Amino acid sequence: MSLFARNRKLASFLLFILGTQTAIAQTPPPAAPVSGEPELVEFDTSKTRSIAVPALVAPAPADTAAGNSVALGRQIAEVISSDLRASGVFETQGPNGLRAITLPEVATPQFDYWKSRPVEQLVQGFVLVGGDGNLTVGCYLYDVGFGNETTRLGFNVPPREWRRAAHKCADAIYSRLTGELPFFDSRIAYIAESGPKNKRTKRLAIMDSDGANHRFITNGQSTALTPRFSPNYKSILYLSYVDGNPRIYVYDIDAGRQRLITQSTSPTFAPRWSPDGKTILYSMAVSGNTDVYKIAVTDNGTPVKLTSSPGIDVGGSFSPDGRQIVFESDRSGSQQIYVMNADGSNQRRISFGSGRYATPEWSPRADLIAYTRIAGDFRVGTMRPDGSGERLLTDSWQDEAPTWAPNGRVIQFFRTAKGSGKTSIWQVDLTGSKERQLPTPVDGSDPAWGPLLP
Amino acid sequence: MKTKTIKMAAILLVSTALVAGCGKKKVEVLPPAAEGTDYGQPQPAPEAPASQILPGSQEDFLQQVGAFGDRILFETDRFNVDAEDQAVLQRQAQWLAQYPNTRAIVEGHADERGTRDYNLALGERRANSAKNYLTSIGVDASRIQTVSYGKERPSALGSDEQSWAQNRRAVTVTVR
Repeated sequence: MSLFARNRKLASFLLFILGTQTAIAQTPPPAAPVSGEPELVEFDTSKTRSIAVPALVAPAPADTAAGNSVALGRQIAEVISSDLRASGVFETQGPNGLRAITLPEVATPQFDYWKSRPVEQLVQGFVLVGGDGNLTVGCYLYDVGFGNETTRLGFNVPPREWRRAAHKCADAIYSRLTGELPFFDSRIAYIAESGPKNKRTKRLAIMDSDGANHRFITNGQSTALTPRFSPNYKSILYLSYVDGNPRIYVYDIDAGRQRLITQSTSPTFAPRWSPDGKTILYSMAVSGNTDVYKIAVTDNGTPVKLTSSPGIDVGGSFSPDGRQIVFESDRSGSQQIYVMNADGSNQRRISFGSGRYATPEWSPRADLIAYTRIAGDFRVGTMRPDGSGERLLTDSWQDEAPTWAPNGRVIQFFRTAKGSGKTSIWQVDLTGSKERQLPTPVDGSDPAWGPLLP
Repeated sequence: MKTKTIKMAAILLVSTALVAGCGKKKVEVLPPAAEGTDYGQPQPAPEAPASQILPGSQEDFLQQVGAFGDRILFETDRFNVDAEDQAVLQRQAQWLAQYPNTRAIVEGHADERGTRDYNLALGERRANSAKNYLTSIGVDASRIQTVSYGKERPSALGSDEQSWAQNRRAVTVTVR
């Protein structure tokens, strides 16, 4: 039997054990052998785990619309490796600097070799081009110490979506090893900035969670601010000065069209979606007085005024169950954080520390609220929804406007440099010990994560 | 040229000292050269003979209300119009009374030390304070629009008290 035929046969065996699908949805992992499987213990995020990610094997090299499958095998490994490293809880090796693996190794790793590197976890896989031109990506996670397989997944994707297969694989590994929900397979909307401080060009832009597939949406002729992806990723809420005044628009990504969320001539800002995507929370200034409103997304929704203090009531976000809203108000004399029921009742202050508190955002896991703490400098922090457990995560001149990763375990914000006003996007874990800058083609501000992709 | 630069620096130093000394809130620093048509920049009165300025134009307005007469400044987080601001707005109202066919846009701004959304709200309050005073002394409300730029269009570019003081402002721009 030729090597090629043998590879084919082995690959089809691997496909058989993975099962096949037509969508990006992951294969339910086959029932894992019970014996020897390590118990998942409380994940210690202070300990960095080492993971090796050699290039995925392409047993039958073939060209695709996204390049040759051999190159894709390496690129997918690079994305998996980069995702896991960026999470801050893993130290990754490879694919650069690691030897190429063979197809038989995918199912039967050489544990002794990997132990000697040394490395604790091993990710292996393969890429196969099907008759329909789609890719089948197999992804296997092994515990090198125990010498067994812990997770196995397969994805069938159009070649142009190979990065999503890589993110899905990284998500499965991250979830398996940390016990947390996945978040890599998601997208980010933000404001791309350029130009001098007094005349910044601010464009709405979107990108994958790792900065790839970057796309500008507006051309910069009018200032764009504070975008938010809708829960289904079909549209983006954002503020634009396109008619000369600050107003909130809903931008339909596929149609490339936008509309005002309310026909009022008053300025509207600080837009947020409800978790079910049916309601928009926003702030509106009438005769100088700003209050928080909500409106149904349907074209003829009637605005509902939720606050009525003479001070500035602004911003806010829904709790994940949609029943409560956290917002900011200076009714006490300075900006502080308040919580109310979704109908505006039972408004109560929850921030009582020193300084001012702004831009509250409820975690998708419901357990925490992220905010900007202003005491001269701006710092990003978290507190519980009752105001307890206050914790500052960053320490810089101006760190502003935290938003959450879909799993509620990473916070994204923007950092402004003193003097120049240059901005950059950063991510930090909940301990505040792991901080990293997200690469963007130009300066970036107002980052907002969408949910895990459907 | 060099003497001119030194002179300019001296003026800046003296005015800074004055401001620091008496705690007065107006910062009488010479504005940086205006760039393009950004209304966020202070507009120095042109040196051309008055006969070349069209009566009722924005240039005419700037010349009539005098240096920094197009704007009032605010304390941190505040939006009240004090006696000094009232004098500035009264000169603006006189000009608007003189040219009843003109309109005005009051632009509200905040310094960079506030968060983005709060600053949009604060800028809107400041613009409305100026508008409310102008209407209280007789300018028809329908002639005045407001717009908030929050911290998006600073006038002074530094990250220091003096720049911030200049950026907490409401600027009147006239439209024919």
